[in-house]
Amino acid sequence: MPGSRGFDVKRYSVFAIAREALRWHRGWERAWATPEPKPEYDVVIVGGGGHGLATAYYLGKNHGITNVAVVEKGWLGGGNTGRNTTIIRSNYLQDPSAAIYEKARSLYETMSQDLNMNVMFSPRGVMMLAQTEHEVRGYKRTEMANALQGVKTEFIGPERVKELCPIIHIEGPRYPVLGALWQARGGTARHDAVAWGYARACSAMGMHILQNTEVTGITRDASGVTGIETSRGRIATRKLGLVVAGHSGQLAEMAGFRLPIESLALQALVSEPIKPCMDVVVMANTVHGYMSQSDKGEMVIGGGTDGFNNFTQRGSFHHIEETVRALIETFPMLSRLKMLRQWGGIVDMTGDRSPIISTTPVPGIFVDCGWGTGGFKAIPGSGWAMAELMAKGQPGPLAEAFGLSRFREGRFIDESVAAGVAH
Amino acid sequence: MLMLTCPYCGIKADETELTPGGEAHLTRFGPEASDEDFESYLFQRKNPKGVHFERWRHAYGCGKWFLAARDTATLEVFGTYPAQSKAPPKRLLTAIRRKRPGWEGWE
Ligand SMILES: Cc1cc2nc3c(=O)[nH]c(=O)nc-3n(C[C@H](O)[C@H](O)[C@H](O)COP(=O)(O)OP(=O)(O)OC[C@H]3O[C@@H](n4cnc5c(N)ncnc54)[C@H](O)[C@@H]3O)c2cc1C
Ligand SMILES: [Zn+2]
Repeated sequence: MPGSRGFDVKRYSVFAIAREALRWHRGWERAWATPEPKPEYDVVIVGGGGHGLATAYYLGKNHGITNVAVVEKGWLGGGNTGRNTTIIRSNYLQDPSAAIYEKARSLYETMSQDLNMNVMFSPRGVMMLAQTEHEVRGYKRTEMANALQGVKTEFIGPERVKELCPIIHIEGPRYPVLGALWQARGGTARHDAVAWGYARACSAMGMHILQNTEVTGITRDASGVTGIETSRGRIATRKLGLVVAGHSGQLAEMAGFRLPIESLALQALVSEPIKPCMDVVVMANTVHGYMSQSDKGEMVIGGGTDGFNNFTQRGSFHHIEETVRALIETFPMLSRLKMLRQWGGIVDMTGDRSPIISTTPVPGIFVDCGWGTGGFKAIPGSGWAMAELMAKGQPGPLAEAFGLSRFREGRFIDESVAAGVAH
Repeated sequence: MLMLTCPYCGIKADETELTPGGEAHLTRFGPEASDEDFESYLFQRKNPKGVHFERWRHAYGCGKWFLAARDTATLEVFGTYPAQSKAPPKRLLTAIRRKRPGWEGWE
C-alpha cells in the first residue's frame, strides 16, 4: 500500500486467502478506518463516489497531500458509482475526451495491482453497433479520430459482429446491423470494488473517510472558502473539491454560484442469471439500449435518460419498456427472460454533455462533475486530473479543456456523436 | 407515472403523451447581450431539488407548449398553466407556499 502512516491495512494476496481459509476466515479486518472528523484538513473532498475517492487517492499518491477528508452523506459508492452498468471504453470523438478516457482506461488495466484490491477489470471488448447509414459514417469518422489519438479501435462489418456476439440478430426488421465500432480493450469492472479499493488505499495513507456525514453549508470569506458545515459539525479547510454528481447544483448553490447542470434519472435493470451467452459489451445507440452479461450470469441492461429534472433515484417505467423493446429486436433470445431488478441514479448532465473539471468563482473551491451517464469509465483519469488541479491550483493537460469557462467562450466538447445513449 | 393536465385541452395526460422542455421562465438574451447573460440563458440552470417550474409539450395531444410546477424531490405536481404566462399564477404560488412553508420562491 502506498504510505504507511495511516490505518494499518493488511495486504490481500493468495497467501492471505490460504491463511484465512485455515482459520475459518476470522482474521479479515476492516478495509478502512472510521475516524471522528478533525476540526481542519488541508483538503476536503465532498462526495464519496469513485471520482471523489480517486481524487483523494491521487492527491496522496501523485502530490504527497494526505491531510485529506472525503465527506460522504451516505455510504461509499451509494450514488451513481454503485448504480452503474460499468462499461469502460475510450472511443470518443474529440481529442480532450479521448485523452482523459484513455488515461482512465489504461489506469483500469493496472488498478487491481495498484490498489491491491481486485476490481475485476475485464477487457472483454466493447462494440457500438451501427444500425443506420448515418451511424456507419459517424463511427468510421470516430475510428479515424481514434487512430490519430492513439486509441485502438476498428470499424468491423456485420459478419464480424455476428462472430463476436452470436446472439445478435443482424437482419433486424427496423434496424439491421450494418457494422460496429469495436474497441477490443474496453470492457467492464466491479463498481463497488473500485470505490472500496480507493477508500482503503486512502485510509492507508492516513486520509479520513467520513461516511454518513452530509454537507449542509459552505462558508467563505473575502479570500475564498473557509470550510463546510456538516451533519457532524463544522470542518475548516482552504481547499474544497465538490465531486457530488447529481447534487453538484445544490453544493454550488451553498457556495454561491451556479453550474450549467441539470439532474436527470438514468435507469438500468438486470435479468435473471443465465448461462454464459455473450462475452462482449454491446451498445446500440440508435435504438437506445446496451447490454453485457455479468459474472453471475445476469444480463445487465441500460438505455437513455428520462427527460425531466428528477432527484428521486426512480425513473419512469416507459423508458424501461422502450429499452427492452429495442433490445429484443436486436437480441430476440431476450424475449423470454425475466427481469429481476431495476433501479435509477441521478446523473449530472451539462450543456454539451461533457464533464467539468474546473476552478470556480470562489477561490479554493474546485468542481469535478458533469460525468452524466458515462463517468464510471473515467474514474481514475478524472481523479488524476482533479488531484492535479487541486494540488497546483491550475489544470494540467488532462483537465485543461474541461473548464467552466468553455460555456461562456463557446469552446464546447461536443460528444453527442460518440454517445447518443447512456453508457 | 407522472400525470399533467394540459391547460389547453384539459386532458389529464400521462407522461408518454408529453415531452419535457426544461426550465421555464428563462429570460431570452440575444445578439446584443453580454457573454455572461448569453451563457446563463443558454446553459445555467436552477436545477432545484424541490419546487421546479418547467416547460412541457402536449406532444401526442394538442401539440402545444405549457408550463408546470412540480417537485423534483417527490414528483408531486402542483399545477399547470399556459406557456404565455410571464410568471407563475398567484394562485399556484399560494398553493405551493401552503404545502412547502420554507420555500424561497420562484425567482
Ligand atoms: C443507471 C446508470 C448506468 C450507468 N452506466 C454507466 C456505464 O456503463 N459506464 C460508465 O462509464 N458510466 C455509467 N454511469 C455513470 C456513472 O455511474 C457516473 O458518471 C459516475 O459513477 C459518477 O461518479 P461520481 O463519483 O461523480 O458520483 P457518485 O458516485 O454519484 O458520488 C457522488 C456522491 O456524493 C454524495 N453527496 C451528494 N450530496 C452530498 C452532500 N451534500 N454531502 C455529502 N455527500 C454528498 C452522494 O451521496 C454520492 O455518494 C451510469 C449511471 C447510472 C445512474
Ligand atoms: Zn393539450
